[in-house]
This record gives sequence, C-alpha cells and structure tokens, in this order.
Amino acid sequence: MANSSDPARRRRSASDVLGLMRAATAPLRQSFVVSLSALGDNAQAAFVRLFDSGYDPSASEEHTRRGEEGISVRNLSVRYGDRYAFESLTGEFAPASLTAVIGPNGAGKSSLLKALAGIVRPATGGVTCAAVARHRLAYLPQQDELDRGFPITVAELVALGDWRNFGAVREPAERLATSVYEALAAVGLSSVIDRQIAELSVGQFQRALFARLLLQDADVILLDEPFASLDESTTEDLLHFLRRWQGEGRTVVAVLHDLDQVRRYFPSTLLLARSPIAWGETSHSLSAESLARAQKALDPSERARVGWVA
Amino acid sequence: MGRVSGQILGFLVDPFASFGFMRIALVGCVALALANGPIGTLLLMRRESLDGNVLSHAVMPGAALGFLYAGYSLAALTIGGLLTGFAVAALAALSAGSRPQRQDSSLIAFYLISLSLGVLIVAARGSQADLMHVLFGTVLAVDVKALLLIASISSVTMLVVAALYRPLAVESFDPAFLRAVGGGGGAFRAIFITLVVLNLVASFQAFGTLLAIGPMLLPAAAARCWTNKVWPMIALAIIIGMAAAIAGLLISYYANLPSGPAIVIGAGTIYGMSLLAAGRIRLKPKSLRG
Repeated sequence: MANSSDPARRRRSASDVLGLMRAATAPLRQSFVVSLSALGDNAQAAFVRLFDSGYDPSASEEHTRRGEEGISVRNLSVRYGDRYAFESLTGEFAPASLTAVIGPNGAGKSSLLKALAGIVRPATGGVTCAAVARHRLAYLPQQDELDRGFPITVAELVALGDWRNFGAVREPAERLATSVYEALAAVGLSSVIDRQIAELSVGQFQRALFARLLLQDADVILLDEPFASLDESTTEDLLHFLRRWQGEGRTVVAVLHDLDQVRRYFPSTLLLARSPIAWGETSHSLSAESLARAQKALDPSERARVGWVA
Repeated sequence: MGRVSGQILGFLVDPFASFGFMRIALVGCVALALANGPIGTLLLMRRESLDGNVLSHAVMPGAALGFLYAGYSLAALTIGGLLTGFAVAALAALSAGSRPQRQDSSLIAFYLISLSLGVLIVAARGSQADLMHVLFGTVLAVDVKALLLIASISSVTMLVVAALYRPLAVESFDPAFLRAVGGGGGAFRAIFITLVVLNLVASFQAFGTLLAIGPMLLPAAAARCWTNKVWPMIALAIIIGMAAAIAGLLISYYANLPSGPAIVIGAGTIYGMSLLAAGRIRLKPKSLRG
C-alpha cells in the first residue's frame, strides 16, 4: 500500500482510470447522443402527427388525384343511443359528381354528412374516402352549428382555408393576403373584409364560408343545407360555385330541401328516409313513386311528428 | 403634494414590504392572473364556462381524499385534485362523441354531487376550519412550495398557449374545420382541458374549490366587454386579474377580511363596471343574445 501514498503516482493512476473509463463508455455515450437526437426526431414526428398533420404545402401543386376520388360507403349506419339516424347505406358518390341528398326532416341527412366527414363514428359499416386521410375534404356544417359570436374578422376566417400552407404553428405566406382578397371578391364580399363575423348577415356569412372553401381547395366538398334561409340571389351565386367545383373534378355532396332546385342543378340525388330509398340520376330518384316510398318509409307515428318538407 | 403621494404609495406598498406572507400571496396571485388570462378567455370563447365550473368542483373530492389521507398537505391535496380532475376530464372527453348535444342538467347534477361528496369526506376527518380552507382557500397561507407549484403551472400554461395558440383558438370556433384540414382535432380539446384542470388545481391552493373558477372567468368576462380581438382580450384579462388581486389583497389587509373572496369581489366589481361603462350589453351581436 506504499504506492497509494505517492501523490504523483496516484494522480497518474487516477487519470489512467479516467481514460479507461472514457474509452469504455465511448460507444455508450455515442449511442446516447444518437438516441437523444432520435428522441428529438421522434418528438418532432410525434408533434407533427398529433398537432400539425395538416401542414402540407406541396399538396396545392399536385392535382393529379382530382377527378379520381369519390366516396364509397358500405352498409353504413349511424346510431344515437338506440335510435338509428339512418341505416344500411351502400353505394358510391362517383368521382367528380354533384349529388344532392334529400329527404324528410329527421331522415339522417346531416348524420350521413357527418359520417362521411369522419365526425361521427358509424355504428356499422364504413366509409372509404382517400381525401379524408390527405386532409383534402371540406365539410360545411349547418350555419347554426358555428359560433357567430366568436371574435374573428371575415379576413381571418377566410384565411384559415389556407391551413395546409401554414399549419398549426407557422407564419402564413405573404401571398395569403392576396388570395384572401381574391376569394372574397369572387363571392362578392370585398366590402366587409375587416368586419367581425358577428356583424354579417346570414347570407354574407355563408358567402364568407364559401370563400374559405375556395382557399381550402378540397377534392371532396360536403355541404349541409348550404342555402337554408338565404335569399334568391345569394343562392344563385353560391350554386354556381357548386357547378364550378364539379367541373374542376371535385366531388360535391350537398344536403338540400328544395326539390325544384335539385331537379335543375343536380345531376344525381340520394333520397334518404332513415334508409336509402333511391340513389342515382335525379329524375329517377325524385320520381313520384320514389317520393311516395320515402313518405312511407318513416313509420306512421314518426310521419305525424316530423312531416315532409320539400 | 409629494407627501400625499408618498403616503398613498406607502399605503399601497407597506403591507407587501412588511409581511412576507403578503409578498408571497401577491406573487402567487400575479402568477395565477398570467395563466388565468388566456385560459379564462379561451373558456369563455368556447362557451364552456359551465364546464370549467364543473371541473373546478371535480377537483374537490380528490383534494378531500388527499386531505383524508394526509391532512392539510400540499402534495396530497394537489395529487388528489389532479387525479379526480383528469378522471372527470377524460370521462367528459370520452362521452363527448356519443351524445349529440350537451346536457347542462347532468353537468350540474355532477357538480352538486362531487361538491357534497368532498364536503362529507373533509368533515369526516377535519374541523370546520379545514372545511373552510378547502372550500374557500387561504391566499395568505400560500407557502413557498405552493408558490413554486403555482408558478410552474402558470409558466407551462403560458408556454403551451403561446406555442399552440392558433389551433386552440380555431378548435374553439370550428372543430369540424380543424379536423378536416388535419389540424389535430381532439388533441387540442384534450390539451385545453388539461390546462384548465392544472390551473384549477393551482388556483385551488389560493381560492379553494368554490372560488377557483372566479379569478379565471371574471377578468376574461370583463375584458370581453372592451375588445373584440382575442389577443388584446387575453392581455386585458391578465391586467384586470392582477389589478383585482392587488386591490383584493389590500382590502383584505386593511379591513381584515378573508382575501380570496375579496379578490374575487374585486374582479367581479371590475366586470360589473366594464358591463356598464362599455355598454356592451346592448351592443352584443345578435348571435350572443339568443
């Protein structure tokens, strides 16, 4: 034990041990650094997956899939508690089609749209729509489902449509202001660009939402009663967008009430009364015989309560 | 003139200069106001004030169980409160999808039950004074440990809100849109409720379960009267929350009144004056008058 009393020797042995330890732990430390950076990458990936999967600036350039994507449903049912909103719907909204969904009140039209948009989980069956996973589906709920008291200006509301170019956390591009202005001009709302949405009329608010749809540039567009309580000129203006979208190869599905409107503008129609009554060409779906069957489909007690609106 | 202003300054500063517990209470309330500004504003804009109130009562049975287990200890109360708070939040999140519309009556039933349960549990072991502590809090009894907890929670809250402000705001306005564009959907609701529970637990240390929601909602409601923009609303809510805290602490010091209720009354007074001064009752947009 004489050695340990020699200070120089002890220092040397200590540094030897340190060097040895360093050499021994090198791979360990290296793998630690690697795993740390992997953790960083994973954390980043997890952040994107959880919070920012909508950020996809490349999506606007590739329109290759447009016109090829419809929605197909197989044995689809939606249930609230023990009551079916609608049941056993099987069929396809063809790519680049313009379809009206029509039926009595309480027939499950809104529930169908919510199921297509992935907002309501189906009780049975399923929806196949590639646009959902790529975030290229737009859904416009009935107006009363949106909070008009929310403090947001028309410009801000419309700008949200460009979400894929800024996502959850990034700075919007400078050209966004131009595209917002163009979209608002297209729907005829240039004069109210800086107003709060609470100050808009029902028609103006719907026009603003359509401007947001224009920026959203989705491949599949679902509209729940888009023309409810709108005046004629607004309805005419907005109907043109639906036809334009179809012409551009987008798949458009709209819940409607006005039979004349449907006959005039919509090539195909789904007649729904809890269960599908007819689905296909509008003239066939809205034949007198189909409408009569839709009447009968809701049982008598229900019919007395909900009534047929068209 | 100088003497008068010096006296006023002394009147305002002396209590905090002379007493450590007043300083800690002040710092705690300021930290709470910083986090409560954005959370309260978002709660209000989501029209979920009632849900916030229910969550604040959900903290109660857990905190009471913590009290039953370990007496009046910060850690036990906090962990208990967090546990039941999150359990209820998770339950609410799970059931949110299955019910087509919200049912206020079941929320109210829930909060009455959890409040009574909490009171029974505390009464089983503690005294009347303990019960008052749990129900109304004791701002002046906040110690350094509780202060650190409050400060950490409010720092985390501000960081998260700053980082995820856009999706949090959009989710409260149009959740279906956020889901469709792939902004994360349900994740933000969960994050927001987590923040609310955390802040209620922080607030609970100072204000008790009955008043914890007060410093969160009242300043935000007052700020709502003055502006239509979200960021100014949050900033104003923070300033109002701080002003109410300082005023409440001074009043409780000079008039020898309980400080928690004094602070809440301060915030309530500012809210009332804002309503009258801004005249927004009649200017409120149609959609809010419903």
